[in-house]
Amino acid sequence: MHLHDLWFVLIAVLWIGYFFLEGFDFGIGILTRTLARDTAERRVLINTIGPVWDGNEVWLLTAGGATFAAFPDWYATLFSGFFVPLLLILVCLIVRGVSFEYRHQRSGERWQRNWELAIFWTSLLPAFLWGVAFGNIVHGVDIDADKNYVGTLWDLLNPYALLGGLTTLVLFTFHGAVFASLKTTGEIRVRARAQATALGLATAVLALVFLVWTQAHSGNGWSLAALVVAVLALVGALGANRLAREGWAFALSGLTVVAAVGMLFLSLFPDVMPSTLDPDWSLTVTNSASSPYTLKVMTVVALVFTPLVLLYQGWTYWVFRRRIGVQHLPAAAHH
Amino acid sequence: MDLAVAHETISRWQFGITTVYHFLFVPLTISLASIVAGLQTAWVRTGREKYFHATKFWGKLFLINIAMGVVTGIVQEFQFGMNWSDYSRFVGDVFGAPLAMEALIAFFFESTFIGLWIFGWDRLPKKVHLACIWLVAIGTALSAYFILAANSWMQHPVGYRIDPATGKAQLTDIVRVLTQNTTVVQVFHTLTAAFLTGAAFVVGIASYHLWRAKRGKETDRRRTAAMRTSLRVGLAIAVVAGLGTAISGDTLGKVMFEQQPMKMAAAEALWDTQAPAPFSVFAIGDVSKGHNSVELEIPGILSFLAHNDFSSSVPGINDTAAAEAAKYGGQPEDYIPNIFVTYWGFRLMIGFGMTSFAAALIGLWTTRRKFWLAPEHRTGEDEPPKLMLTKKREMSVFFTRWSWRIGILTMGFPLVANSFGWIFTEMGRQPWVVFGLMRTRDAVSPNVSVGTQVVGLTTLTVLYAVLAVIEVGLLAKYAAAGPDTTEQPPAKDPTLRGPSDDEDADRPLAFAY
Repeated sequence: MHLHDLWFVLIAVLWIGYFFLEGFDFGIGILTRTLARDTAERRVLINTIGPVWDGNEVWLLTAGGATFAAFPDWYATLFSGFFVPLLLILVCLIVRGVSFEYRHQRSGERWQRNWELAIFWTSLLPAFLWGVAFGNIVHGVDIDADKNYVGTLWDLLNPYALLGGLTTLVLFTFHGAVFASLKTTGEIRVRARAQATALGLATAVLALVFLVWTQAHSGNGWSLAALVVAVLALVGALGANRLAREGWAFALSGLTVVAAVGMLFLSLFPDVMPSTLDPDWSLTVTNSASSPYTLKVMTVVALVFTPLVLLYQGWTYWVFRRRIGVQHLPAAAHH
Repeated sequence: MDLAVAHETISRWQFGITTVYHFLFVPLTISLASIVAGLQTAWVRTGREKYFHATKFWGKLFLINIAMGVVTGIVQEFQFGMNWSDYSRFVGDVFGAPLAMEALIAFFFESTFIGLWIFGWDRLPKKVHLACIWLVAIGTALSAYFILAANSWMQHPVGYRIDPATGKAQLTDIVRVLTQNTTVVQVFHTLTAAFLTGAAFVVGIASYHLWRAKRGKETDRRRTAAMRTSLRVGLAIAVVAGLGTAISGDTLGKVMFEQQPMKMAAAEALWDTQAPAPFSVFAIGDVSKGHNSVELEIPGILSFLAHNDFSSSVPGINDTAAAEAAKYGGQPEDYIPNIFVTYWGFRLMIGFGMTSFAAALIGLWTTRRKFWLAPEHRTGEDEPPKLMLTKKREMSVFFTRWSWRIGILTMGFPLVANSFGWIFTEMGRQPWVVFGLMRTRDAVSPNVSVGTQVVGLTTLTVLYAVLAVIEVGLLAKYAAAGPDTTEQPPAKDPTLRGPSDDEDADRPLAFAY
């Protein structure tokens, strides 16, 4: 195995980790409007991810940084080509982070309501836009001989990519609802399960169409295996959710995310950004990779630090393992 | 405007605005993390409540600040690819490595342990909880280190070769990139400046509360106790860090005289090579034309700053530009940065930074509690200090009033100094984005239209402006409120397993968003 193949896998792992973790974060943000009935319930939901959302988001920064280091051309083509959607995602992530941290800093009703609205929209938009972005990556875009994206913004909004966006949006919301049922207690927990069922069914329809379309357009044997895993995991997650086995449901909704995103990467390989203008102009793991020396340095760093990160992030989830209900909310976080 | 120029200019404005803005939060985050960690350590060791209240108070302001630092940092990671794709392609092999290390090693550390610290007061044993804030502090410093290693490579590229096949930079020695003298000195200078920044912030807010107490407007003596301790901590750190900033700044200057003579000649608006070279204190007239109508110079000082002796020759702008033109082609004027900005940026950096240092030095002396002080002038630890010049002589009413006010007013001085320092060092490197290897105009994304760039610049600038208003409003609210002295630490120290399930069942969270 070449180092650049290993790095393709590592970057896939970082994106998968990001979507697994921030997937339910986004879902929780969306559920603050669709599941929560009042401010207290919204607060419960926000606090299920309170201690962890920031660490979850670093998976994105690491994916970005690792792509820059291991595949500079991939990073350059992707980020300059998808300028406007990424700018939108950036704005959302900025406002979203600030919303979590500032909402409780003042007690005014309007202040809090505005930040809560911001949490909803800035969770919903990236959950959709990431799907659009990945749809375009997998499907291929207009890349010229100089590795530059030469299409327009409207080219990115094609039906396949938009379906990809809808799929990630509903899938992440489902994942979030399952997470909510795992992390809350009381009446909201029961409603979270009911909503998870509905969202899971919607996910099943959308994901099936999107993933089969992906398979037909750019799939291979490995991606087909991932597709099957994704479908089975989703069915399992729905079943476990129905039986109120919330831990299992979460593990399986997580596996659905892992397999679905994994499938996108498997159908991409060995390209990293296919060109629709000329296959020879496609960015691949070989023509966009860094030198073997850089990849070797980064491999050592990744092998030492990734397990460490998993260990202490895992510990954080264990420390904050308690379920939260409205009765646990302190009177006011501000003074 | 010429379209090619517009392309470069807009991306530079965006990078300048977002980076200077981001760097308002960075130094405060780095230093406040350590200051809070130090205060919490004092509380864990002594159990005294003034340390607990100080920890909570500065911790609150720290969190309001770090939230902005975190989210504006995401832009930094993305915009190289968005606006500077040709730069990214050219340097990714070298420059990407420290960036990825920063994310994997430092960001994860910071962001995970900050969550544990915020929510962990009643779920972690005291000492483990304390370790969390120290790990955050280490994470912030590590993060600074990696990003400065990347920036130092732009100032002075080492440990690379140009790949003959692709014409791109290729990493050959990561250890050199991470340990070259530019990196080491820049890290030292940036971290000391960061501590000066946080210390001045602490001194300013503590001065506000103590000056109120002095005038009888504050009656909660526990609050005064927490603020008095904070003031002394802040002043001590400001003095040490201020001295460190001056020393590291001098060292960095010497490194720059060697590696980027043009930057330092521009810093002085020194048009012609001189031996010995004077240090220009200020100039009236058009520095960018090379003749000043009024000028105050100190003979020999620039020679000393460059080479540690008072008589050696320092190359001027004209000679350096001619030398670069001979080496890299083109006209000498292509290699001259914006002299007005570099000249005044350099002076404002030193002026604002060193004013803070001087104020702290005076403050540290006059607010002493016992040392060389007549017993009748000593004050209790929960009272505001008297400003004592000598053993028995207190400052006059007028000077006392103004001393406290200066303490408050200089609160943001190092922030201004930091901003001008970065503007100076980045503008002084122009026309290069990577010194000697790549010009800034060749670094932009060729496929991103000027219209799209304008959208990016406008969106981020407006968003940042709105967030600045919100953030400053919150900081002012909590800073003015002072420590909440009714707040008590958790009654029982939790075990590593956390509270048991039955005692936990209906207990409210110690903290929630």
